Amino acid sequence: MDRFELIRRLQAIVGQAYVLYRPDDLTVYEQDALMVARHTPDLVVLPEGTAQVSDVVKVARQARLPITARGAGTGLSGGAIPEAGGVVVALTRMTRLLELDVASRIALVEPGMVNADLTAMLAPHGLFYAPDPGSQVASTIGGNVANNSGGPHCLAYGVTGNNVLGLEVVLADGTVTWMGGRAHDAPGYDLTGVMVGSEGTFGIVTTVAVRLMPRREAVRTLLAVYETVDAACEATSAVIAAGMVPEAMEILDGIVMRAVNKTLHVGFPEDAEAALLIEVEGLAESVPVLIERVEAICRAHGARRIQTAATAEERLNLWKGRKHAYGAMGRVGRRTMMLDVCAPRSRLAEVMRKVLEAGQRWNIGVANFFHAGDGNMHPTPFFDFDDTSPEYARVIGLTEDIMRACIEAGGTITGEHGIGLEKREYLGWMFNERDIAAMKTVKQVFDPDGVLNPDKVFPTGRPVHGDPRAKAAAAAGQA
Amino acid sequence: MTPSPAVETPRVEGPRVEASRAAAAPRARPMPFIPEVETCIHCGLCLNQCPTYRVTHLEAESPRGRIYLVKAASQGELDVTASVAGHLYLCLMCRACETACPSGVQYGRIAEAAREVLGPPGPPLQRWMVRTTLRHLMPSPRRLRLAAGLIRLAQRSGLVALARRVFPGRLRDRLAMMPEVSPRFYAPEAEVLPAIGARRTRVAFLSGCAMSLFFTDINEATVRVLRRNGCEVAIPRGQICCGALNVHNGEADSARAMARRNIDAFPDDVDAVVVNAAGCGAAMKEYGHLLKDDPAYRERAGRFAAKVRDAGEFLAGLGLRTAPQPVSLTVTYQDPCHLAHGQRVRAEPRALLAAIGVRLVEMAGSDRCCGSAGIYNVLQPEMSETLLREKMDAICATGAGTVVAPNPGCMMQLRYGAQRFGIPVRVMHLMDLLDQAGA
Repeated sequence: MDRFELIRRLQAIVGQAYVLYRPDDLTVYEQDALMVARHTPDLVVLPEGTAQVSDVVKVARQARLPITARGAGTGLSGGAIPEAGGVVVALTRMTRLLELDVASRIALVEPGMVNADLTAMLAPHGLFYAPDPGSQVASTIGGNVANNSGGPHCLAYGVTGNNVLGLEVVLADGTVTWMGGRAHDAPGYDLTGVMVGSEGTFGIVTTVAVRLMPRREAVRTLLAVYETVDAACEATSAVIAAGMVPEAMEILDGIVMRAVNKTLHVGFPEDAEAALLIEVEGLAESVPVLIERVEAICRAHGARRIQTAATAEERLNLWKGRKHAYGAMGRVGRRTMMLDVCAPRSRLAEVMRKVLEAGQRWNIGVANFFHAGDGNMHPTPFFDFDDTSPEYARVIGLTEDIMRACIEAGGTITGEHGIGLEKREYLGWMFNERDIAAMKTVKQVFDPDGVLNPDKVFPTGRPVHGDPRAKAAAAAGQA
Repeated sequence: MTPSPAVETPRVEGPRVEASRAAAAPRARPMPFIPEVETCIHCGLCLNQCPTYRVTHLEAESPRGRIYLVKAASQGELDVTASVAGHLYLCLMCRACETACPSGVQYGRIAEAAREVLGPPGPPLQRWMVRTTLRHLMPSPRRLRLAAGLIRLAQRSGLVALARRVFPGRLRDRLAMMPEVSPRFYAPEAEVLPAIGARRTRVAFLSGCAMSLFFTDINEATVRVLRRNGCEVAIPRGQICCGALNVHNGEADSARAMARRNIDAFPDDVDAVVVNAAGCGAAMKEYGHLLKDDPAYRERAGRFAAKVRDAGEFLAGLGLRTAPQPVSLTVTYQDPCHLAHGQRVRAEPRALLAAIGVRLVEMAGSDRCCGSAGIYNVLQPEMSETLLREKMDAICATGAGTVVAPNPGCMMQLRYGAQRFGIPVRVMHLMDLLDQAGA
């Protein structure tokens, strides 16, 4: 099938305006929020509805093209970068709320629905969708499913996987199928569980059945201010060790708070090196008791000051500040490389010390803002050179040291951003060959020809993004 | 898992996507490096706040996508084609993305710099018309009055009414958008009008081009309110249009000339330059940036820009002197983009509404663009109307009988919307309401 024929057939499915083929229309799809890698797709298609997705997949298969699904492109591991070219299926037009069952607290949504839009639509019914990644004002439910996204409130409510009951999926051959359903425990294999977090390598999700939560009676939010990130980490571990599970426990360091303060007036302290943002929800009677206990532990671990949000607006402001943390990194350095790693909650301070030591060793600044309550850390190196600079080797050295420190402490190399292409070469650090072979077997079942988001997740032996050492080596080899 | 080989590069250009996008000719000037693009870290948090992305769901119609295009073009990776220009000109320049951006990317400056390279939007004839209007009509109050006088004549003589009957659909709609030209143009009785009562401060007032021709009453109301609140008001005769339309439509050189003329025309010994049009205020607050490469004017432009205040912003800061008579009205407030996003002024107009005792019912998305956006509603009628329809729905849902929108573009667009969709809502400027309250 030549390109013209392919475009014509795709246009017949989705309409002329939604097959993109001009260089300018394509170039904007060569990247997601991982800025160190990119690849231009051959075509971008924006279907509307399951039937169109299925037809697009069939046509792409006939044209022997790889297929990469994409949501809002806010992913940080390069999962939506069409590294092998081919067709990008952008699901951003599929934004409908198909069904809302308030009594059963279930909604059926299309994958392009923006996370925050869903929660806004649910507000009048006293419900919300719990997973709230930092990107929630822009990221889509489909993208959240692909990456099994977390967020501050996942400490109490679980990650995306815990809040998805069923999925409608277009498989690699264009077949449409349902996995799971509306029940909390569907009979048979838990294919929904297999699909969530598969990063677009098993199929394209076209409808998501999500579990909704009722708004709690009372909510209290406080910000405990510390002199060091270390102290904030110790306080977090102590709260968890005391057997309490606040709805959210987030740490922000001084670099991040000062950067956020430049854009938003959210009341972060200018002069502190760390703060712990804690939210407690529950019954009107129990919340004050809980918050008192949390405050006592925070003070016992050296909190210099504790600010409590007095109004709903103050509370939303604190959260807005937290959610803008990553974006505000643009004010800190010309380039940033946000990492996503996990440490056991009992060893948070120890791993954090190693992270900061590694930053000093490689002479690169590291900012920190993360989901402390579940040990999901986001050390974010910031620097002023490009990924093509020889200096970039230091960034890679630093990120590898950070991952190593996490694994040594019993943690993992990714919490919620996915493997994508950013972490794929490190999968072997976590799993042995047999483990990886078992995963590949599952991939084979779903996608025997390897056309769905090819070369993601698994090690390829090719350099991780712009590794200059590897690039230099490749250039030397060619010469 | 070897991917199948990708199809070969195209030999055949596919069918046209949208006529409006493919219209303009390729541009000869290369895209320079625009330093502001470096602040964008591609996080995408702007996407869902961008009106054109919300309608199209296309990355190239999002702020992040447009910045990416500008960056790719400046690095020589992308030819600056008509299609690229199409994406940059489908942007409303509402700057909602700047409010959304945690990194503080100055999108407006990026887009203005890119448009300066692209030149005015559209196919050749339209480009020529826009350029001629911006270069030769806007800087000349005399010609503007002449043109407006002719329009007034056409409106009075029934020529427009006749045309609206005989012209085909789209042209007829455009004519319907044209507001009634004021029966008289704004002409203050003196260059300096004294404060009423004790003088608290001395300000200068931008009478504006559209405001002077279409909203004479509002200019008079603004000056009355300022004077009643103890302001001596200087209204320099030598002032001209602020140049906002020029900057936004790729005519930055003529905008610079206009800025210089205004800087020369306005007196230095004022505490503020008060502007009652949000778009003009935002543009004049940028005079320092606009003339940053002009050694003769750079510093004066910076000083001038620092004095510019929106009328609502200024009066809320000064504090209303007299206790106004309460106005028993239920209103909703449309945040003009260049006030809320461009100047970050949101609380002040609302505080003034509260001070005169009106009941404010907030609409959903009050800071989302109504689709007016300067001359956008004329050049991009389809997108403009889509956004207007949403806006009118939001206004309708509040049940308010009056919508307050302190900017001429928004007022014209909302009045057209009320008429177009048959919604019984009155569109007012904040200064009008304050004047009625005797503030």
